Amino acid sequence: MNANDFNPHTPLSSLAIGTVATITDIHTDDALRQRLQALGFRMGKPIEIIRKARFNGPVQVRVGTTDVMLRLSEAAKIEVRTA
Amino acid sequence: MKKIALLGMPNTGKSTLFNRITGGAARVGNWPGITVELLTGKILLGGDMVELIDLPGIYDIHGFSEDEQVVRHFLHDNVPDLAVVVLNATQIERQLSLLLQLKQLNLNMVVLLNMADEAKKFGITIDGDKMAQLLGMPIHLISAKYGQGQPESMQAIAKALRYPTPGMAESLRTQLEQDAHIEQEMARVLGSAVQVPARLSDTRTDTLDSVLLHPWLGLPIFFGIMYLLFQAIFLLGQPLQGGVNASLGWLRDIVLTPACAGLPTWLSGLLLDGIYNGVATVAAFVPIIILFFLFMAIVEDTGYLSRAAFLMDALMAKMGLDGRSFVMLLMGFGCNVPALMGTRVMRSRSLRLLSMLVIPFSLCSARLQVFVFITAALFSPKAAPLVLFSLYLFSFAAAIATALLFKKQFANAEPFVLELPPYRFPTGHQMWMRGWHEVTHFLRRASQFIIAGVVLVWLLTNLPASAAPASSDTLAGMLGAWLHPLFAPIGINEQLTIALLFGFVAKEIVIGSLAVIYGLSGDALGGALGQQLDWVQAYSFMLFTLIYTPCLSTIATLRNESKSNGFTLFALVWSLALAWAVSFVFYQGARGLGY
Repeated sequence: MNANDFNPHTPLSSLAIGTVATITDIHTDDALRQRLQALGFRMGKPIEIIRKARFNGPVQVRVGTTDVMLRLSEAAKIEVRTA
Repeated sequence: MKKIALLGMPNTGKSTLFNRITGGAARVGNWPGITVELLTGKILLGGDMVELIDLPGIYDIHGFSEDEQVVRHFLHDNVPDLAVVVLNATQIERQLSLLLQLKQLNLNMVVLLNMADEAKKFGITIDGDKMAQLLGMPIHLISAKYGQGQPESMQAIAKALRYPTPGMAESLRTQLEQDAHIEQEMARVLGSAVQVPARLSDTRTDTLDSVLLHPWLGLPIFFGIMYLLFQAIFLLGQPLQGGVNASLGWLRDIVLTPACAGLPTWLSGLLLDGIYNGVATVAAFVPIIILFFLFMAIVEDTGYLSRAAFLMDALMAKMGLDGRSFVMLLMGFGCNVPALMGTRVMRSRSLRLLSMLVIPFSLCSARLQVFVFITAALFSPKAAPLVLFSLYLFSFAAAIATALLFKKQFANAEPFVLELPPYRFPTGHQMWMRGWHEVTHFLRRASQFIIAGVVLVWLLTNLPASAAPASSDTLAGMLGAWLHPLFAPIGINEQLTIALLFGFVAKEIVIGSLAVIYGLSGDALGGALGQQLDWVQAYSFMLFTLIYTPCLSTIATLRNESKSNGFTLFALVWSLALAWAVSFVFYQGARGLGY
């Protein structure tokens, strides 16, 4: 439990490994938003942080049955609600 | 002829299915979006020949990636008689959106739910009949990998093909605003026909990932695996290579030499010392090349390449590249041409161009032949693998240095999002297809470049007729002497200069042309090189071979993919300049140190 509890505007990039959160908004450009939606990133969907690469590398997340990696800069544009 | 389009998301086994149906040689990859060229195959179906087209894997028919546009333009301009939509049953809840999008286009469709066996292991149960009823289209469960369900689905395809295509809706560009509608439909179908556990845990993939993607061990393990793969290739390949060499030599001594005895000297010289020596020397490498591609195929098909992208992305970002560029560099170790074409998945032009600038430095299998030959001739069996490994390091170093130097000119902010598919075992069938594909690819290149190349080298080293073969009075000797001032400072002699000149066309010719120039093949050629060169000269020659332009096909691909003569010329000049500079620093440095 941390300060992000119930904060609906937490960026995905700030979550710790193992956290499960709910997607509340996607602030990327249209093209990337469509691609993310097609990969299963939709509002209200649970998303889990599986692991983070060293040296500020990409994060691996799981949405439904799909594992996706994305860079922190993209993860920062995805808003989630924790707990 | 009726047309059938294969449609689906990446990683659905679409290419595997295509290969299975056509028996053709489409590349199979576990790397999202790798089938970017349109592969077609003709098959006999229900008494008629029909054409099957493998369209690129897409996530979204209304999307804006290059692949999605390709598919849309294809469907618009070549309305198929039937669309076969392949869905990955293990990811059915998100793949259904594409199917429903396609349904709105009023296409004549048959749906194949692939990896039905794998889905069952995940605990996903799919009621195919119910789903077919809800969607109003034929649905079949199959396993493209093992061929289950194929006869039934082929029957369904033949049957659907008999009905004419309903008019193709013009509303292709309807925006994704209809998502809401699609989501409702998805919920309706999923809710009543599919049961998925709340959260899937594929424990085997998770366990493997926890080791292979370990924060500290992941990269060392990756390089360890690569090193072991290369060791295994040579351990297995060298006896085979020796065997091929010996039997080709035997064929020459026992069959060809007596057969050519009645021919004029010049003609038997051209046939035996020119074509046969040249091609035989190159052909001896075929076993190593096949092994190499088999191992690459295994790595690719297991899904480990996406993991490599994950591990390397942070480092690649510092060079202005991303994880996909790294995977393309690895693919380039096989052949630079498909690696260059693979950059099509990148949308940012800057990122694509920078990746295309560094990929030709990947030590491809053709260059590998040259290095295996030279290291075997000039270094002890103990030192040879290390020398070879050092060349791989130089290959990476040239790519890294180039990216760092030019990343400002090709700055980009391309988002990097990539799917990590579960690990899979490649099947024997896939590996066999891949090996066979490489053999035919080699034979094609052999007929295109190598024979023409070695004949030309033979002519250059035997004309004018008055000159002693391969002497300084021949055309080749004169050409070598003319270029000598340029290559002397990097320790490359006149004979090697000629070989480099032909290596510009294709690296497979380099050893073949040395065989012709020296009039020797196999071990005898190695012996002659070992007597004439010292290791500093040989290493300088290998560095130059590594870094300068890989082959004409690569240049043509660079031009095709970049659509820019300026960029192509720049890539060409830069690689030549870098090759000369690196060889110069190495050669003069080593000599300066007294070697």
